[in-house]
Amino acid sequence: MTAADAFGPAGELSPAGPGGLGAGGLGAGGTGAGGTGAGGTGAGGTGAGGLRGERLLDLRPAPGAATRARMFAAQTRLELILTLRRGESVLLTLIIPVGLLAFFTAVDVLPPDSGRSVDFLVPGVLALAIMSTAFTGQAIATGFERSYGVLKRLGATPLPRSVLLAGKTAAVLAVEVLQLLLLVAVGFALGWDPGGGAAAVPFVLLLVVLGTAAFSGLGLLMAGTLRAEATLAAANGVYLLLLLIGGVVFPLSKLPGWLRVLAEGLPTAALSDGLRHALADGDGPGVRPLLVLAAWAVASLGLAARTFRWE
Amino acid sequence: MAEILAVSVTGLVKTYSAHSAPARSRAGRPVRRRDVGGRRRRGPREPGGEFPAVLAPSAARPAARADGQRPAGGRVRAVDGLSLTVPVGSVTALLGPNGAGKTTTVEICEGFRSADAGEVRILGRDPIADAAELRPRVGVMLQAGGMYPGARAGEMLRLVAAHHLHPLDPAVLLDRLGLTDAAATPFRRLSGGQQQRLSLAMAVVGRPELVFLDEPTAGLDVAGRRTTWELIEEMRAAGVTVVLTTHAMDEAERLADQVSIINHGRVVATGSPAELTRGGAEGQLRFRAPVGLELGKLLLALPDGTAAREGPSGHYLVEGTVDPQLLAAVTAWCAGNGVLAEDLRVEQRTLEDVFVELTGSELRP
Repeated sequence: MTAADAFGPAGELSPAGPGGLGAGGLGAGGTGAGGTGAGGTGAGGTGAGGLRGERLLDLRPAPGAATRARMFAAQTRLELILTLRRGESVLLTLIIPVGLLAFFTAVDVLPPDSGRSVDFLVPGVLALAIMSTAFTGQAIATGFERSYGVLKRLGATPLPRSVLLAGKTAAVLAVEVLQLLLLVAVGFALGWDPGGGAAAVPFVLLLVVLGTAAFSGLGLLMAGTLRAEATLAAANGVYLLLLLIGGVVFPLSKLPGWLRVLAEGLPTAALSDGLRHALADGDGPGVRPLLVLAAWAVASLGLAARTFRWE
Repeated sequence: MAEILAVSVTGLVKTYSAHSAPARSRAGRPVRRRDVGGRRRRGPREPGGEFPAVLAPSAARPAARADGQRPAGGRVRAVDGLSLTVPVGSVTALLGPNGAGKTTTVEICEGFRSADAGEVRILGRDPIADAAELRPRVGVMLQAGGMYPGARAGEMLRLVAAHHLHPLDPAVLLDRLGLTDAAATPFRRLSGGQQQRLSLAMAVVGRPELVFLDEPTAGLDVAGRRTTWELIEEMRAAGVTVVLTTHAMDEAERLADQVSIINHGRVVATGSPAELTRGGAEGQLRFRAPVGLELGKLLLALPDGTAAREGPSGHYLVEGTVDPQLLAAVTAWCAGNGVLAEDLRVEQRTLEDVFVELTGSELRP
């Protein structure tokens, strides 16, 4: 190795150049080590620069799906936040049921044969609350999500549709828990006295789950097939209709015979009557409301699953 | 990993084919095909050679349509017999006028629609049948929408980040795209440009191998456009394969390794911007000189097939195969005649010239 050979590489690494030359007497090996050292320093400098710019993005591909649990948690959280942030949904799910309960308790328009009005009203308004969240609110929100391309967009992420729906359901259940706590508290404040006591709780939970399934199926059926605007109108129309003929604020016995037969087959009346019986004596709601709700749940969820269009 | 994404689209909607292929050598740039007028020239192919992906348009492809738009069934084909191969780690631009079939093509690749015929392979997989496997690996930016209208920008991005195993830090990404101040703004109140950038962020946040960006800079201001371009260039540098649609020539010219010009649902040309603009080999040489040069004598000094004319007030234009010899001949003739040629310049065809040439004058803005 000549001095020129040693100088060449060292000269290219200008900061190390003098050192390399100074060590020239040691031969090319020494220079090479110097060069390597300089290279190492350079890399270190770059690394430090990278650390200083802590806003650097590492865009190198590292694909992978999160765990289902993590996706489910994130999806549920956002769905819940968005529901509670929408003024109209708070009005529909919390304010209207509480308002109806307070109003019809104070203004007693119920027929005298139906017992204390608050005992009649609390189960009816609970049924209304379930319907407003699982059916009306969910149908409208999902309909607009579909029209805004949210469902399509989320379909392009690793989020499975089953987890998307599970997140929606969990958010619906969470809102329902809020509603139940609020309505039960207001009911007690208004003098509600459920004769069934603690024995009624399992039946109430069973009815709530079945009712949620039936109403969610109907809401998703509507949201997945109609335009968002049509869903908005239809969901509100059905809500009002079922409020009137669902045994919510006055008993089905006040309806004309043919309408009563029809109404008894609808999920709202099944839920309100079932809750009323369960809460009255703790003996359970009887078989008919459970069967009606289960039939609606199976039919509506099955149909929704077949017809739902994601965009 | 040497997936190549190839698409060949036929039929009512479209068709794609793509094959996974052995890794291409790091050193060599991928060789590109020219594909003009529907005839494809194949490069030399050996197993593991430069063309890991081969697209075969479907054999069932119908005969050429008479009017170019309406097949017998009466439905309009958005994409018809379109073939596309995307080299790994490249930026491919689908360039075409509105309605050319760019979005349809991209949506077939994304698995949002199915092709009536032909074959589509994305990273070696079927975009619909293998969707669950592809979704973590493929980032998608829709042309519009796709957000909960009431969700804040930061919430939306964190949601998508939570769907991925190794996401980018949403806060850093927002900062990078100039969205930090908008992070708490609901989507519906974001400006159009902010919505676009958020949509880009959502495509990138999961650290995909391949991203489809449908008109990523539509509606962006100059700064937003530059930010987007820089991010795309960084993605390529990081090894991400990018497929984007655009009708902005400068965007394709600046970003793309490969441009496919699409018109009426077909690829009418494919190549690098340089290849496409060089194609045809015709060029122009312009210079200024005193009025009234004897162009007949100039032409004697130039190769056959060259034309020259004088424009207004001493502006001269020489048209022909512009190569170093032509340039030398022109300047030598000028020197020999004591003419000072000023402002001499070679005019390249721009991508826009090529585009107009290939798609007709029907620029549908």
